[in-house]
Amino acid sequence: MKTQKDIDTNQEYKYGFSTDIENIRAPKGLNEDTIKFISNIKKEPKWMLEWRLKAFNRLKSLKEPNWQKPKYPKINYQDLYYYSAPKSASGKPKSLDEVDPKLIETYKKLGIPLQEQKRLSGIAVDAVFDSVSVATTFKEELTKKGIIFCPISEAIIKHPDLVKKYLGSVIPISDHYFATLNSAVFTDGSFVYIPPNVRCPMELSTYFRINASETGQFERTLIIADKGSYVSYLEGCTAPMRDENQLHAANVELIALDDAEIKYSTVQNWYPGDKDGVGGIYNFVTKRGACRGKNSKISWTQVETGSAITWKYPSCILQGDNSVGEFYSIAITNNHQKADTGTKMIHLGKNTKSKIISKGISAGYADNTYRGLVDIGRKALNSRNYTQCDSLLMGNKCGAHTVPYIKNKNSSSTIEHEATTSKINDEQLFYCNQRGLNQEEAVSLIVNGFCKEVLQQLPMEFAVEAQKLVEISLEGSVG
Amino acid sequence: MLEIKNLKASIGDKDILKGLDISIKSGELHAIMGPNGSGKSTLANILSGKNGYEISGELKYQDKNLEEIPIDERAQKGIFLAFQYPTEIPGVNTNNFLKTSLNKVRKARGEKELDTLSFLKLVKQKSSELGMEEKMLSRQLNVGFSGGEKKKNEILQMKILDPCLVILDETDSGLDIDALKTVANGVNSSRDSKKAFLVITHYQRLLNYINPDFVHVLANGKIVKSGGMELAEQLEKTGYKEIV
Repeated sequence: MKTQKDIDTNQEYKYGFSTDIENIRAPKGLNEDTIKFISNIKKEPKWMLEWRLKAFNRLKSLKEPNWQKPKYPKINYQDLYYYSAPKSASGKPKSLDEVDPKLIETYKKLGIPLQEQKRLSGIAVDAVFDSVSVATTFKEELTKKGIIFCPISEAIIKHPDLVKKYLGSVIPISDHYFATLNSAVFTDGSFVYIPPNVRCPMELSTYFRINASETGQFERTLIIADKGSYVSYLEGCTAPMRDENQLHAANVELIALDDAEIKYSTVQNWYPGDKDGVGGIYNFVTKRGACRGKNSKISWTQVETGSAITWKYPSCILQGDNSVGEFYSIAITNNHQKADTGTKMIHLGKNTKSKIISKGISAGYADNTYRGLVDIGRKALNSRNYTQCDSLLMGNKCGAHTVPYIKNKNSSSTIEHEATTSKINDEQLFYCNQRGLNQEEAVSLIVNGFCKEVLQQLPMEFAVEAQKLVEISLEGSVG
Repeated sequence: MLEIKNLKASIGDKDILKGLDISIKSGELHAIMGPNGSGKSTLANILSGKNGYEISGELKYQDKNLEEIPIDERAQKGIFLAFQYPTEIPGVNTNNFLKTSLNKVRKARGEKELDTLSFLKLVKQKSSELGMEEKMLSRQLNVGFSGGEKKKNEILQMKILDPCLVILDETDSGLDIDALKTVANGVNSSRDSKKAFLVITHYQRLLNYINPDFVHVLANGKIVKSGGMELAEQLEKTGYKEIV
């Protein structure tokens, strides 16, 4: 049988390298000058700067939330860099041939080929490195269909009407501390617009990479699916191994108009910290989608395996009649990782439906909380929610918690909530062992079975990778 | 194939096996009968390698000390346990599980791994030999299976993995007559000179169909009597009291 030592050696975080590259940075600190620096270097119009400053002013009167289960040491916001970008990526976005080979090499190591000839088939990628987007693939092909897929910094300049109309329309700038902080200092992220009745012909994806030290990443993503359109979008994230905790505070807004559908998948694999809980990313993320039109649909799928602390609740505001919101989640915490994650389903329109499938897995000393709100409004007649929260514990030093909030303001709606907590049991392991599978293979088989409903939701290209990630995240967790 | 001498086993303070001897050669089918709590399932668990027992004595399988071989390798070396209560593993497709298992065993035997097509072909052939529907295998492993289906699934796995030493732990318990025949048919059609069977049962019923070479009575942690089919018949008439 494998010894503990064998297991530890292959437990390394594969993406923990850092790229040695010359950076341009804003001076440390959170102040108006930093915000002006960011706005200036991105050549933003005046209205954008004003928007940022408004958020910054609002931020002064806000406090960080403290209701979440994972607690963390106070973050010194004045001791962070808010903008860091490879020198070679400055100036206007370049064509792929002009991208710094070092960056190409970095993404190659991460398994994301950016060169035209080696691109992932059928997937358009926007690569965000620290505070800037360094490359976007398949742009031309998408443009032919009228689809806009570009860094948000580019959209602010080229498509100001769309950005002005929708930015902050789902997550208001005064929403809460981290969302407001993001509104003030956000640097890059993706912008997607799908015109009416267009079905986006390929998966769109953004790959976020934190590289520089002492730097926060403030990603901002905005996706608009116009009437009758469809898009499937995927984001992936990694970061180098460092002893410090780094902050990633993202805002993601989705808007689905009449009969439109957005499928948003996340494979989050930020550096989780070491075995003893030193280092790792604080992943404090606000993700919210508005089903603004009738019969619209927004579906969130997340596989959360990384980060020291994960704090996120991808939500759906079901405004349009007959709109549908879905949330499929796998949150895996090992060693000293902590996750407080779930969703909010706000039913406003009639006949709205929501479905929540959450699978939490804890191992080692980790702590995993599902927190979810189902709020059915007075006018949301005949609405339905189905929630299923399953927790799986491995070992006896970890924790799992389920905190559902349920509000129903009319009598014609139905809410169902099911929750289970289980341990991988010895009988299951014995059964697998007796059929020739070793301990690791048995655990990964059982865990993948446990997560199956969620893994099935991922685009096929990523399902296999996510499955592997689930296995790696839990390596060595059963002795 | 299997040599057990003076096997003692306990969990905590509780002694379960108290000096058990048995010797099984290739081609033989041994039945073990015995009252509840006599240690029958413990014997099956120890042979397949389940953790949690304090063991002493000699355990030899194919001339190797069994105690030194981990559970999964025992399976790869041809020890197969048909479980008394096959466990449910939600979300895991039975076919995928079986294919993974088969390929682990094949790899250990130095055979080529089977691709999905050849695997499904094999499944089709084996399940039709047993008169079973292969549809069952596209369901989640043992989830929502009836008692009979679970046991038949064990027998099908046995047919497909083609082990050397087959241990059936009360596979006949709780089966209706048709399912019982399927199990018996599975055993009979697998018997050859290279395989050995250890059939643990409470009833003569199954033995009528499979003709054991030897019948042993296990009571209070020891084999107290051995014989042929006539011993099973006697037990059926008189119960264990007369013998134990």
